Amino acid sequence: MQTIFDALSLGSLYALGALGIALIFGVMRLVNFAHGDVISFSIFALMWPSTDAMAVVFAGDLPWFLLIPFVLAVGAGLSVLSEIVVFRRFRRANPATMMIASFALGFVIRYFLLMLFSSRPKSISLLPALSQPVEIFGARIPLLQVITICATIAMLFALTAFLKRTRFGLEMRAAAENFTMARMLGVRANRVIMGAFALSGALAAAIGLILAAQTGTADIQMGAAVMLMAFIATVIGGLGSLPGAVLAGFLLGAASVVMQTVLPIDARPFRDAFVYGAVILVLIFRPQGLIAARGTKERV
Amino acid sequence: MSLLALSNITIRYGRLTAVRNVAFTLTEGEILFITGPNGAGKSSLLRAIAGVTPPAGGRIDFAGADITGRAPEDIARMGLSMVPEGRDVFGSLTIEENLLVGTGMHARERNWRSRAATELEAVYDTFPILKDRRHSQAGLLSGGQQQMLVIGRALMTNPRLIAIDEPSLGLAPNITDQVYERLIALRAHRALTLLIVEQSSTRAQLVGGRMILMRGGEVLLDGDARAMGQSEAMQAAYFGYGDH
Ligand SMILES: Nc1ncnc2c1ncn2[C@@H]1O[C@H](COP(=O)(O)OP(=O)(O)OP(=O)(O)O)[C@@H](O)[C@H]1O
Ligand SMILES: [Mg+2]
Repeated sequence: MQTIFDALSLGSLYALGALGIALIFGVMRLVNFAHGDVISFSIFALMWPSTDAMAVVFAGDLPWFLLIPFVLAVGAGLSVLSEIVVFRRFRRANPATMMIASFALGFVIRYFLLMLFSSRPKSISLLPALSQPVEIFGARIPLLQVITICATIAMLFALTAFLKRTRFGLEMRAAAENFTMARMLGVRANRVIMGAFALSGALAAAIGLILAAQTGTADIQMGAAVMLMAFIATVIGGLGSLPGAVLAGFLLGAASVVMQTVLPIDARPFRDAFVYGAVILVLIFRPQGLIAARGTKERV
Repeated sequence: MSLLALSNITIRYGRLTAVRNVAFTLTEGEILFITGPNGAGKSSLLRAIAGVTPPAGGRIDFAGADITGRAPEDIARMGLSMVPEGRDVFGSLTIEENLLVGTGMHARERNWRSRAATELEAVYDTFPILKDRRHSQAGLLSGGQQQMLVIGRALMTNPRLIAIDEPSLGLAPNITDQVYERLIALRAHRALTLLIVEQSSTRAQLVGGRMILMRGGEVLLDGDARAMGQSEAMQAAYFGYGDH
């Protein structure tokens, strides 16, 4: 029982991360490596700059119904800002150039945080009420884990409804499939791309919140670890395919947790090597990903 | 009054000059065919008009405004709707969603939703097959049905001018007939201006109207399609000079 919840909640993080990457890839053919740093940034936005080990809280004491929108807005805002300031200038550049630009941007964000907060992880207690365990089918599961899973599922439904039911969602799906054609039908390129960045940034912030609440620490590196797995999930899922990203995210989460439990003790430190091995196998047999995305037409 | 005016349009891809000094004007309500063999530069010209590949030189005016170098979405919003070569349906969207993508450009106007709904019914009246399959994925349609879909999709934006690149490409002759029948009817019904690219001049001569013949990036002939008939210049354009 505990294993299932572990797998689902880790999978949730990967799925959310992979979605954030896939959304931007869909409309811009950009693999955004700065995504992980948006995750960290949205959590550090809750504190005053300091180098102490204890976080000097600025907005972290807000009640949850203000805290959550605040963090999501920070993530969305930073993400949109990075589009306007950086990526917009590279829109006609080739994908490799854009990717390098995203690396650079990630470094800028990371070093900006380093400068303000130093590299020491900070303990921060966010929503402490959530660490109590709850009893489910006789197993004691941390409430936070249950909430993580439920929130992820809720977000997936909300995102699906947004994409399927709203005009903006329709324009985004059309643009992800064939950007030029969408523009020839009057779809505004900048609006769609900014929308994708905003959604992606909010998803990153959600990951940051979950991580910080789970571990009780804020670490400048916290985004990077999730990011790597999330990035792999987008590739396995089929770059640009949103359902694929979600599915692969959960699969990777499950694989990590299952290997953690079934591998002999001695082999556990090499868990990630086994996970990556499985990834390579998947890519050998399905190089286009589990669910191939439509529309490989050139962007803008 | 001229709706579309091109002057001295030159289009380059790197060192290759695909279109050289092309100029013509198109009057509101007119039908113009642009014909010519492979590589004549017809598609390049349409893409320049739609703002997808801006010309290296020259000027394009539409509805009284200079649109040279404007973004495709701005040009579309001014009432110039382009149906590109190869059709480009959004394959993962349903037919109805495909039709609705372009209606958002009127979102600032009052009653745009009800007008979009009326427009949708009009398109379904014109192409009943689309209505029957409105909720299935557009990627599953046959070539002819996709052609109807993209023409319908262009109509949904309520344009003043539709530019269509090779509507007959890959279609059986009787399907092509159907598509043209609908186009001609729509044009009479809505005072639509049509700019149609075709490789062969047969369709232009069948339908009538004005025809521009291109070859090697330049305009060779510009005049009445039927009068051009089987002139020597026509033959020369397609089969090369100096053979006889
Ligand atoms: N994206 C591009 N990059 C480089 N060269 C191009 C590109 N598109 C077209 N060309 C070149 O420009 C010239 C004109 O091509 P274009 O597609 O406009 O011709 P066309 O008249 O539409 O031909 P067809 O009847 O075969 O469709 C050709 O020599 C073609 O190779
Ligand atoms: Mg062509």
